[in-house]
Amino acid sequence: MPGNTPAPAIEVAGLRKSFPTRTKKGDHVVLDGVDLVVPTGTVTALLGPNGAGKTTAVGVLSTLLRADAGTVRVAGHDVHDDPGAVRASIGVTGQITAVDDLLTGTENLRLMADLHHLGRAAGRRRTAELLEQFGLTEAAGKPVATYSGGMKRKLDLAMTLVGAPSVVFLDEPTTGLDPRSRRTLWDEVRSLVAGGTTILLTTQYLEEADRLADHVAVLDGGRIVAEGTPAELKSVHDAGSLDDVFLALTEPPTGDGSADDPATSKENVR
Amino acid sequence: MTTLVTATSTTARPRPVADVLTMLRRSLLRAVRYPGLTVFLVAGPLVMLLLFVYVFGGAFGAGVMPGVAPGAEGRAAYLEYITPTLLVITVVGGATSVATSAAMDAAGGIMARFKTMAIAPGSVLSGQVLGFLVQALAALVLVIGAAFAMGYRPGAGALDWLALLGLFALLGLALNWLCVAMGLNSRSVESASNAPMILLLLPFLGSGFVPVDTMPAAVRWFAEYQPFTPVIETARGLLAGGAGLEGAVAAQAVGWCVVLGVAGYAWARSLYRRERRL
Ligand SMILES: Nc1ncnc2c1ncn2[C@@H]1O[C@H](COP(=O)(O)OP(=O)(O)OP(=O)(O)O)[C@@H](O)[C@H]1O
Ligand SMILES: [Mg+2]
Repeated sequence: MPGNTPAPAIEVAGLRKSFPTRTKKGDHVVLDGVDLVVPTGTVTALLGPNGAGKTTAVGVLSTLLRADAGTVRVAGHDVHDDPGAVRASIGVTGQITAVDDLLTGTENLRLMADLHHLGRAAGRRRTAELLEQFGLTEAAGKPVATYSGGMKRKLDLAMTLVGAPSVVFLDEPTTGLDPRSRRTLWDEVRSLVAGGTTILLTTQYLEEADRLADHVAVLDGGRIVAEGTPAELKSVHDAGSLDDVFLALTEPPTGDGSADDPATSKENVR
Repeated sequence: MTTLVTATSTTARPRPVADVLTMLRRSLLRAVRYPGLTVFLVAGPLVMLLLFVYVFGGAFGAGVMPGVAPGAEGRAAYLEYITPTLLVITVVGGATSVATSAAMDAAGGIMARFKTMAIAPGSVLSGQVLGFLVQALAALVLVIGAAFAMGYRPGAGALDWLALLGLFALLGLALNWLCVAMGLNSRSVESASNAPMILLLLPFLGSGFVPVDTMPAAVRWFAEYQPFTPVIETARGLLAGGAGLEGAVAAQAVGWCVVLGVAGYAWARSLYRRERRL
């Protein structure tokens, strides 16, 4: 390996995670040996059917969930051994919008700035900057409870970026955004990446993955069943779009949502 | 795999005091924006004060104080008897609101956000606990003011008031931690205040509204050993200027607060650390 290759921003090896089930004995295995490497300064899209475990994976990577097995390193730190250092490097936009509904947009962003210890002047500057960037300046003084779903989502994203994180997790960030806002977000993602930020995003809009991602990984049956650049995946599967790749790779729902079918073998086109 | 990531990843110095203050500010700002919980804090005890003094007081006063005639004299005696109780209930009301507020945080996803940030982990719940303590103390001032307007003239001196403030701060801290845990333990925001409601019942099953020795044996036994009886008796004694306050009762009151507070804190902490969905 060449000595000057920077360590990947995200390294996941053999990640397993299951949840206890109430009805049956035994656990519901969601992640069954996930391996994933995201190089620094790139965008990786994690795709997969509903219930595949994308949000669960993001939960483990962002220190909210504990892995049952495997190693997970984010920004050079092990999530289990040094969660504090991981948290200091990441920004997370979860699938559920995480804003304080009772506060205004400005107050939400200032709250983040204060928690990042930016100081008064820098906090105000960063707040104004992000409000502008996400087109929220006009609504800034209104309570978030009065925002539309898309506006809340934009504020949510802005809050994630206050601390200028080096690794950003975006779990279905554009759900509910109108086409223009979605493009604004794409531009935002590209400019973050240009600045060296690493992004792991999940999405059900495969066109989004196609346009935005350097790498795509498809999660199904608890494992990564395919990965590569969007172009590679399309050519290997002789498909015109990532939608077709997705349909070719993933199992139709089995009904009980259990993800422990070993039949899906891992394929890596890189 | 040979080079380390030296990029922007900073190992931020933890700043617990700054984080707690930030979260306290958030809690108070929420109170200003959503005054419902705060109004409930003051309105509940005020309505009870009016009801118990002007409707029941004439008769009850004669019952709780030997030698007091029913009517106006009874009302004055009952006002004196139950004001300490209603102050305690005000503090309990604050705790009930913390449960709802904590459950709102947990349900809304913002708690998951806080947990992914490099902040002092205790600051999230501490901010709520302290925020509602401040509100409860402010509500106490209003309730005492109302009692004064109704003719309440306690014999407490400056030191008694100070001790009373200490007692209520300690009680508030203990109950708020307990109720934060109850709120996090509840399944929904709507049911978050159910468990704390039991705390609102306890003053009735003690010396809060009538003397314990008028109760049947089983109830009396419970009343004598439950935490609110020594707390109410201590508040009553301090407001009366220390008259009839036994050191052992005051010690029991403080002991109960410490026990409830430590247990509540430990429970809340473990619930906060539990895995949380994104
Ligand atoms: N806390 C939990 N307890 C029990 N089961 C859980 C828990 N969290 C997730 N699961 C289960 O794990 C599986 C994967 O869920 P997850 O939310 O990670 O899927 P996803 O890929 O993000 O789906 P979607 O595309 O719908 O967002 C689902 O079957 C879900 O029911
Ligand atoms: Mg999901």
